[in-house]
Amino acid sequence: MQYIDNIIFFLILAVSIVFFVKNIKKLSRNINLGVKNPQMDNKNLRWKRVLKIALGQSEMVKRPISGALHVVVYLGFVIINIEVLEIMTDGLLGTHRVFAPLGAVYNIGIASFEILAFLVLVSVIVFWIRRNIIRVKRFWNKEMTSWPKNDANFILYTEMVLMILFLIMNAADSKLQLLGAEHYTIGGSFPISQYLTGLLPSDISSLIMIERGAWWFHIIGIMAFLNYLYYSKHLHILLAFPTTFYSKIEARGQFENLESVTKEVKMMMDPDADPYADTSSGEEEEISSFGAKDIFGLEKRQLLGAYACTECGRCTSVCPASITGKELSPRAIMMKTRDRLEEVSKNIDKNGEYKDDGKMLLNDYIKPEELWACTTCNACTQACPIQIDPLGIIMKMRQYLVMEESAAPQELNSMMTNIENNGAPWQFNQADKLNWAKEDN
Amino acid sequence: MSDFNIKVPTMAEYIAEGKQPEVLFWVGCAGSFDDRAKKITKAFVKILHEAKVDFAVLGAEENCTGDPAKRAGNEFLFQMQAMGNIEVLNGYDIKKIVTACPHCFNTLKNEYPSLGGNYNVMHHTELIKQLISEKRLTVEGGTFKGKKITFHDPCYLGRANNIYEVPREIISKLEVELVEMKKCKTNGLCCGAGGAQMFKDAEKGDKEINIQRTEEALETEPEIIATACPFCNTMMTDGIKIKEKDVEVLDIAEIIANAKDL
Ligand code: SF4
Ligand code: SF4
Repeated sequence: MQYIDNIIFFLILAVSIVFFVKNIKKLSRNINLGVKNPQMDNKNLRWKRVLKIALGQSEMVKRPISGALHVVVYLGFVIINIEVLEIMTDGLLGTHRVFAPLGAVYNIGIASFEILAFLVLVSVIVFWIRRNIIRVKRFWNKEMTSWPKNDANFILYTEMVLMILFLIMNAADSKLQLLGAEHYTIGGSFPISQYLTGLLPSDISSLIMIERGAWWFHIIGIMAFLNYLYYSKHLHILLAFPTTFYSKIEARGQFENLESVTKEVKMMMDPDADPYADTSSGEEEEISSFGAKDIFGLEKRQLLGAYACTECGRCTSVCPASITGKELSPRAIMMKTRDRLEEVSKNIDKNGEYKDDGKMLLNDYIKPEELWACTTCNACTQACPIQIDPLGIIMKMRQYLVMEESAAPQELNSMMTNIENNGAPWQFNQADKLNWAKEDN
Repeated sequence: MSDFNIKVPTMAEYIAEGKQPEVLFWVGCAGSFDDRAKKITKAFVKILHEAKVDFAVLGAEENCTGDPAKRAGNEFLFQMQAMGNIEVLNGYDIKKIVTACPHCFNTLKNEYPSLGGNYNVMHHTELIKQLISEKRLTVEGGTFKGKKITFHDPCYLGRANNIYEVPREIISKLEVELVEMKKCKTNGLCCGAGGAQMFKDAEKGDKEINIQRTEEALETEPEIIATACPFCNTMMTDGIKIKEKDVEVLDIAEIIANAKDL
């Protein structure tokens, strides 16, 4: 019976890993529903950006308060996870504080985990206050309905509980060490949890219960968290990295020139072109439409971005359309894309492949009114701490509306007709283009 | 501003004489047809003339770059425009282009190369700065000395192309007091005209974007709102009119031309 703990631990670990892998596979299947990304040149620069922006949090800190708090939580998360290594090993081997023999290094390690855990706790509480008491505006826009709000708070509570459990575990442990309890290896230094020991009972069996209880809840909590990621905006802790890697590195003002269009335009402009010459390549068939009406028309990296979006609302808080009360919100563009993608994912899970459900990202989720309100100002892409590009999605959908449905607002249609006929977006005669030079002032 | 009586040569005339100008001035549609923007065009021509820059324009051979069509989602129309223009520009063997419109600038500089149009494209503020540093143009405060000026960053110059300091450096040459809005440079707010918005009514909301931006500019209590884009200029000028404020909205080119009393 002495191995029962180890077996239970192993089973919990195994189940959580199996689920996690399943979710990751689903994630990758869903992202691959998109069309291929543009050529990813300049890998060196891309890796540098991953280091600087995703790992180094360079964009996060542009808003100093939330940035600093986030850096603490992020560092805490990464570093405290080193301790999880020990917890895993102990859990599987039935040891206790297996790394304690490292001595001074171990003590420094545990001490810094404790300090970080405390700082994380404080930051998370401040985050909670900002969200729920101060009500920072960007957390209360219309797209922040009950689920996104609950998701955010749920994560904050989980982090609070995990950190508290970690500290309680250490407090009980250090007390047990002092009491010379069997199995409780002497090791670690406890700068924070020492203040908690006074609150704990003094008999060994209660202490062991508390220590074990905290240990189990802590590790089960971590595994549950891992499996909650897929359903949460917290997926960004993994996807911030690939999202940054695949993000646009060209000048923000440079919009992609669609190659499929280039081919057709060249044909139209070249009087000698043989209209039948290029059709044998077979590639033409693949491009069934221009732009995107559903997630299938978006680029893979755009779908990746939808999963990576942290729902922080930095984009929306700087969007001129959102600021002036228009329906458009770049964060909502990302969230709606993810919602639709999840709907398609469930459809595929159920039917084995996607069966037309009569819905689309366009209209059913994102309305043309939102798309036409965008000034293409790039404030959203500049503000996004992980380089998500809501504007890219907006442009793809505008392209669909205009090139496939001819459904631009009437005034834009006149503008385009003018360009076509007069070479200017207004009704002026191109022959008069130099008239200004002849006018007196 | 004094009368405009500078001869503006076209590329066709240059080629007929077997000459190649130092730089092609891409006037743009707003600069050619919009009454307010035409003043910016003329101010810039005066500067070119003053600095003895050998320039030419395309005149009737200049077609819309296609920017508003592209941002509206009409990639076909954009590429048709682009390829037509590239044919003309390459036909004249153009190497260097300057334009006073950040939208033309962005499109010519970033979106034409992959369609076969490779030019050294400058925004007019970049050229003005260069002319000053080459001492071909001298700038002093003149009537502007001591005035309080705020600069509105055009999205397609700033965020789109990372040009934030050039216009500010030029303004600061004028011995003026340059005051920044709360939202400036990378955080600058759009005037509301980009992405083809200029050509349509705004969607329903509780405010016009240009009013929002004008209010932000007015918070600095400026005497002049400077900008470097004909569309921003229109939006801010309209905003000031609605707000009934006695503040001038001027392009950097106009400020320089006025300061030099050109
Ligand atoms: S690019 Fe469009 S969506 Fe993004 S901030 Fe500007 S107006 Fe808003
Ligand atoms: S797109 Fe970026 S800035 Fe906008 S909510 Fe998502 S993570 Fe935040």
